[in-house]
Amino acid sequence: MSSTNTPAIQLVGLRKVFGSGDHEVVAVDSVDLSIAEGEFFSLLGPSGSGKTTVLRLVAGFESPTAGAVLLSGRDVTQRPPYDRDVNTVFQDYALFPHMSVVQNVEYGLKVKGVSRSERRQRAMTALENVRLGAFSRRKPSQLSGGQRQRVALARALVNRPKVLLLDEPLGALDLKLREEMQVELKAIQRDVGITFVFVTHDQGEALSMSNRVAVFNHGRIEQVGTPREIYDHPQTAFVAGFVGTSNLLSAALSGQLLGIATPHSIRPERLRLVESTGDASAAGEISVAATVSDLQYLGADSRVRVVLEDGSHLLASVPSDRLVGVAIGGSVRLAWSQHAAVAVVDSDQLQGENK
Amino acid sequence: MGERLDRAARLIEQSAVQNSATGGRASGPFHPLRAVNRKFHGRRRLGVGSLLGVPLGWMLFVYVGSLLLLVLSSLYRLHPKQSKPTGEITASNLVSAFKFWDPDVWPIVWVFFRTTGVALLVTAICFLIALPVAFFVSKVAPRWLRRGLIVALLMPLWAGYLVKGYAWRAMVSPAGGRFAAAGRGDGGFLESVFGWTPGFGRAAIVIALVYLWLPYMILPIYAGLDRLPPSLLDAASDLGAKPFRTFRSVILPMLLPSVAAGSIFTFSLTLGDYIVPQIVNNGEERFMFGTIINATLGAPNQPLAAAYTLWPLIIIILYLLAMKRAGAFDNL
Repeated sequence: MSSTNTPAIQLVGLRKVFGSGDHEVVAVDSVDLSIAEGEFFSLLGPSGSGKTTVLRLVAGFESPTAGAVLLSGRDVTQRPPYDRDVNTVFQDYALFPHMSVVQNVEYGLKVKGVSRSERRQRAMTALENVRLGAFSRRKPSQLSGGQRQRVALARALVNRPKVLLLDEPLGALDLKLREEMQVELKAIQRDVGITFVFVTHDQGEALSMSNRVAVFNHGRIEQVGTPREIYDHPQTAFVAGFVGTSNLLSAALSGQLLGIATPHSIRPERLRLVESTGDASAAGEISVAATVSDLQYLGADSRVRVVLEDGSHLLASVPSDRLVGVAIGGSVRLAWSQHAAVAVVDSDQLQGENK
Repeated sequence: MGERLDRAARLIEQSAVQNSATGGRASGPFHPLRAVNRKFHGRRRLGVGSLLGVPLGWMLFVYVGSLLLLVLSSLYRLHPKQSKPTGEITASNLVSAFKFWDPDVWPIVWVFFRTTGVALLVTAICFLIALPVAFFVSKVAPRWLRRGLIVALLMPLWAGYLVKGYAWRAMVSPAGGRFAAAGRGDGGFLESVFGWTPGFGRAAIVIALVYLWLPYMILPIYAGLDRLPPSLLDAASDLGAKPFRTFRSVILPMLLPSVAAGSIFTFSLTLGDYIVPQIVNNGEERFMFGTIINATLGAPNQPLAAAYTLWPLIIIILYLLAMKRAGAFDNL
């Protein structure tokens, strides 16, 4: 993936504190991260988790309270944004309203002193790459949200930065357009081959687009890994609950069901409904008796909410055609394979399930 | 503007619907305005008309009416002996006021150019002072300081116009002046504290006018900066622009409508002012054009004075048109 061994971005002990005294807010706390060249890397987390602040620290809009930012091995911590080889696509696009579309796109080249004819040509090529060549003379206010988003992308990419930072760029778009842009962004990233750092609170977006994901919570990184690692092997209760839906088993319940007294996470789709009368489950499987407390029909799958004998809740996602004979208040038996349960570090919250 | 009216009308309609909903309920308490509410229900034009009719009518009557009267009164012939307007209509006042080829009119033309020049100079100085001040208040000052600074900027507007004029007289009064402050020397504040004063005259006139109209330039620029999304400044910097470049290529062009709006105040207020200039003047007669109108009125030659008022009126209309092109009214 990387052409050299030097990472495109290195964050070392990064910390950012806003305010002072009683109003002190720690936005980013001891973040260490290394992003390889050419990677599509997502910073995922709920709002206020510090992911956007990390992006702004990389871009240079904020300076860290402690720690360092290295771009291609060079320490840029004290350098202003205009001195860093990164470009940003802003959440609100931040297009200059008094300039035409093509003037917006060529702004970076103009500032760098690229000749008029060359910059116009490169800007037009960049606009054609995002299929907006015909809109070059318009003002940003005359474009739709999706079009403005693509202008912002062209304006950043035309500078051929080493790293492109994207701050929730799809957040303002409607669902259909967002899905189109996800595919398009991924394709553009493959074509240009530069490092993308993508901030999002949408776990589906992060999983579907990224090579690797860092999950943020309370200014700290909870876990870094490929989408599959994050989903299949969440290391903390927070990651298990935030990325996808999860059943979190407390230490006590884990000890009772699994024989290991540490918290565990099980995905609802890993739980199966078996005949409550048949007690013989397959080898390496664990099963437990439960009472159905709620049923949600979602088309292909259904969600079955059950209560165990000790009063804790579990959520199972099962194919709808397996629901014959299952009713609210009825007795069922849940089964799962032993390695479906993943040990997680106890985060601040621990309930029967999250989300 | 049309959109605003439309929105206002919709709001009125909503409240009318609400009123009729409560007023129409049989079991509801007696409301003396219920009958009125019913009359207004669903009649948008009536609602808007009765709300806006009185203020709009007043504006038309007072503002447009008095301008019309001004033009009209320039058309009456002056009675040769009694120095009073007669009922006779004539164009001779207008002709003599706009007779630029007549050498007798040249000194007046010169005063007019000078007044326009002072208005432009005051506007330019106000702009140069207002820009950094507004930028500091809007983008640099911490929140607690910002509020105090805005109050400080508005405070001079609460003081009377003449009070401020005479305050400046006391400020710039040279040694031996009438307003000599107690203490060192016998000059005004500047003379006795700093040992230097521009004295009465043209510099004092410009200083006093800049002081008077500065808030009218700062406030629109502050509002314009406040509307400027901070992400635009980040974006310019992100694309490689150093601070001055960002200022020149992003902030300034986006502030143009605000600057134009502020300059309408500073320009037109200076153009029409002649009282404070007299207060801090050194006795030079007819420095501002207003003194000529005033002297003509006192001659007494009311029709000719009315004709002279058309000069600044035309300039202000031209200025407003130019500022409209610059976008001064885009944010209304």
